[in-house]
Amino acid sequence: MPNLKTLIPFAGTKEQEDRLREAIARYKGELGATMPIMQEAQEIYGYLPEEVQVIIAEELGVPLTEIYGISSFYAQFTHNPKGQNQINVCLGTACYVKGAGNILDKVCEVVGCKEGEITEDGKFSIDATRCVGACGLAPVMMINGDVYGRLTPDKIDAIIAKYK
Amino acid sequence: MSTVKVKVNGMQIECPSDATVLEAARQAGFRIPTLCYLKGINEIGACRMCLTEVKGAKGLVAACVYPVAEGMEINTNSQKAYDARKRTLELILSNHRMECLTCVRNQSCELQALAEEYGMEEVRFGTPKEMQPDIEQSTPHLIRDNSKCILCRRCVAVCKNLQHAAVIGPNDRGFSTHIGSAFDRDLGEVACINCGQCINVCPTGALTEVDSTYKVWEALADPKKHVVVGTAPAVRATLGEEFGDPIGTNAQGKMVAALHRLGFDGVFDVDVTADLTILEEGTEFIHRLQNGGTLPLITSCSPGWIRFCEQYYPEFIPNLSSCKSPQQMFGAMMKSYYADKLGLNPEDVFVVTVMPCTAKKFEIRRDDQSAVNGLWDMDETITTRELARMIRKTGMDWSALPEEDFDPDFGEFSGAAVIFGASGGVMEAALRTVVEILTGEELAKLDFVDVRGMEGIKEASYDVAGTLVKVAVASGMENAAKLLDKIKAGEAEYHFVEIMGCPGGCINGGGQPIQPGNVRNFVDIQTLRAGALYSEDALMKMRKSHEVPLIKKIYSDYLGEPGSHRAHELLHTSYKASPKYPGLEADKKKN
Repeated sequence: MPNLKTLIPFAGTKEQEDRLREAIARYKGELGATMPIMQEAQEIYGYLPEEVQVIIAEELGVPLTEIYGISSFYAQFTHNPKGQNQINVCLGTACYVKGAGNILDKVCEVVGCKEGEITEDGKFSIDATRCVGACGLAPVMMINGDVYGRLTPDKIDAIIAKYK
Repeated sequence: MSTVKVKVNGMQIECPSDATVLEAARQAGFRIPTLCYLKGINEIGACRMCLTEVKGAKGLVAACVYPVAEGMEINTNSQKAYDARKRTLELILSNHRMECLTCVRNQSCELQALAEEYGMEEVRFGTPKEMQPDIEQSTPHLIRDNSKCILCRRCVAVCKNLQHAAVIGPNDRGFSTHIGSAFDRDLGEVACINCGQCINVCPTGALTEVDSTYKVWEALADPKKHVVVGTAPAVRATLGEEFGDPIGTNAQGKMVAALHRLGFDGVFDVDVTADLTILEEGTEFIHRLQNGGTLPLITSCSPGWIRFCEQYYPEFIPNLSSCKSPQQMFGAMMKSYYADKLGLNPEDVFVVTVMPCTAKKFEIRRDDQSAVNGLWDMDETITTRELARMIRKTGMDWSALPEEDFDPDFGEFSGAAVIFGASGGVMEAALRTVVEILTGEELAKLDFVDVRGMEGIKEASYDVAGTLVKVAVASGMENAAKLLDKIKAGEAEYHFVEIMGCPGGCINGGGQPIQPGNVRNFVDIQTLRAGALYSEDALMKMRKSHEVPLIKKIYSDYLGEPGSHRAHELLHTSYKASPKYPGLEADKKKN
C-alpha cells in the first residue's frame, strides 16, 4: 500500500495555510473543486497530511473520509513528505520481470522505511515508479536523478551508503 | 403520477414512470437479487448482482438504478443475466473469508443466501478459505472484519447520508480497497457516534456488535450476584422478528417469559425509568420555561445523539436535558431504591439491560454514570439481537413460550413510556405530563398525533395555559443536523425538541434485528414496528407517566419530588464537548 499514515510531525507554516485557504476560496462552489484544491495543496506542502486534509474538508463542507478516499485512490497524491534523498525504484514491466520487486524490498530494508514513506530522520523517501524509459538497464532505480542500472540486491548497500 | 407500460418476463404491467427496472420487476412479482442497493440511501449500481436483460439495451443493465421507459421489455431471468450474476457472485466470494458456520451472521447473511440461491458449488478463484481475519475493534460497540467485507458501501452510505457522521469510506484502490476511516485511523480515533446503523445494513458478517452476552452468562452463573434485567420499550416491538414473527409483532409477554427462563433474579422494564425521565425532564422543562432557562430543551435519552451533539454540535450542550437516559436511570435505581428495598448490597446487584441500541455499550462507561458507592450504574447491556442469541442458545421454543408479566417490584409503567421507542414518543409522553401540570386540568385527548409518524423532522405547536409551546422532533443525525442548523441560523424557534440518534427512533436502532436489503427496500419496517408500540399504548389504562402508582411511590418513599437533590444525585448527569477529529488532536498533544 503506497499511502500510509504520515510519520513526520506536521510543520506547516502560517504562510502555507494562507496560500491553501486562498486556493480553496478560488475554487469553492465550483463543481469538481476538490481535485484541483488537493493538487494545489500538495504543491504548497509537498504532501497531503491529515492537518491539511482537515482544512480542505472543513472549508468545503466535505467529510474528511471523502478527501482521504480521493488522496488514497490516486497515485498522484502522497501522505508523506519527500526525503532529502528521493529514491525511485522502477516497477515498470521490464524492470519488474528482471526482479525489481526484490530490489524494492532490499532498498526498504537498507533505508529503513516502506514504499511511500520517509525515514524518521527525513533523509530518505522511497517511491515505486512506472517505467522510467531505461529498460535496457533493467532493473533500474534513481536517487535524486542519478540512475543506477542492472541492479542486484547485493549492490544496494553500497549505493545507499553514498547518500548517508 | 404518470405511468408507463412495460413487459416483465412477458407480462404486461403499468408502473410509475420514475420506477427502476428493479421496482417494475417487483411490481410484477419478480425479485431481482441486490447487494449494494438501499433505496434512497445507496443507489450506486456497484455490486452488479442485479444485472438484468432489457431488450435493445447495450449489454445487461443494473436493475437497481436503470429507469423504465414506455414499451420496455424486461427479462429478469434470462440465461445471460443468470450467468452474469453467478459470475459476479463467484468473484465476490473469491475475496470473502468464508467461515459461514462460525460466523455471527450464519443463516442471516445476504451473501450466503444468494450463494445458496445461485447454486454456488465451487469458487474457482482466489483462496477464500485460507484468508485471515482482518479485525478492527477499537470501540465498545463494534467489530469490523474486512476479510468478510464485500465493499457494497451500504455502511458508508448510512454513515454519511442518514447519520451525518461520515467517519468511514473506501480507502485505497483496486485489490487494496477497503472500508476504513480517514488515514486508516481506528474507529475509536474518529468521531463515530456508536449508533450501529452500519451494522444493521451490513449484508455479511463484516460488521457486528461487540458481544456482551458472555459477561451476562458469567453473572447469571455466579451465585453471589443478584442479576436483574430491564428491557427497553423498543425491544418488545422487534424481538419476535428474530424468531419468524411478522414485523410489527409485540412480543412483550414471550420476551418476559424468556428472560425468566434465562434465570434473571428480577425481570423489569426500563419503561419505569422512561416514566421517571418524563417526570424529571418535564420538571426541568417547566423550570426552564418559567425561569428563562436555555431553550429549546433537547432530550437526552439517546446516547448516539448525545455523542453526535458533543462532537458535531457542542454549542447545543447547554440545551441538553441533564437527565440520564432511561437505561442509566434504571441502573442507578436498581443499585439504590431496589437494593435498599430488598436489603441487598448494591455491589452484589448486577444490572443488565436489553437495548435496541449499540451506543448503549458506549454509554454505560461514560463519565458521571455511577451514582451509588462509585459503582457503575450499569454492568452490562446487550442488544435485541444478542438477547435472541441467548434465547436460541438455551434451546427455548419461541412458539411454545407463554406470555408472562414483568416482576412487580419494578414493572409498572404507562403507555407514555411504551411509545418512547418510536420517534416522537418521548415528546408525546412529555406533553401528556407537562400540559396537565401547567394547566392543572386533565387532558381531554392524549394522542399528540402531529409528533407521530416516520418523517425525519416533525413540528407542532400547542396552546398550553396561554403559552404557545413550539416543539420539534427529529430522528437520524442528518435530520438532526438540518434542524439544529435552522435553530442556529435563527430560522426556527422551539421550546422543546426531541432528537433520537437513529432514523425512526429506537425501533430502528442499531441493535435491532437485521432485516435484509430486499425487505428494507420494499417494506416500511419503521412504521410497522412503531405500530406495535402505539397499539399497546392505546390499549393501556395508564397512559400518563405522572399517574403511575409505582412512580408516585418511588417519589414519595425515596426521591422526594421531581428535580429534588436526591433525584439529581441519582438521575442526572453532564456532558462535555468532544473533538471532531479526536485522533488528530491526541497526536498533536503527543508531539
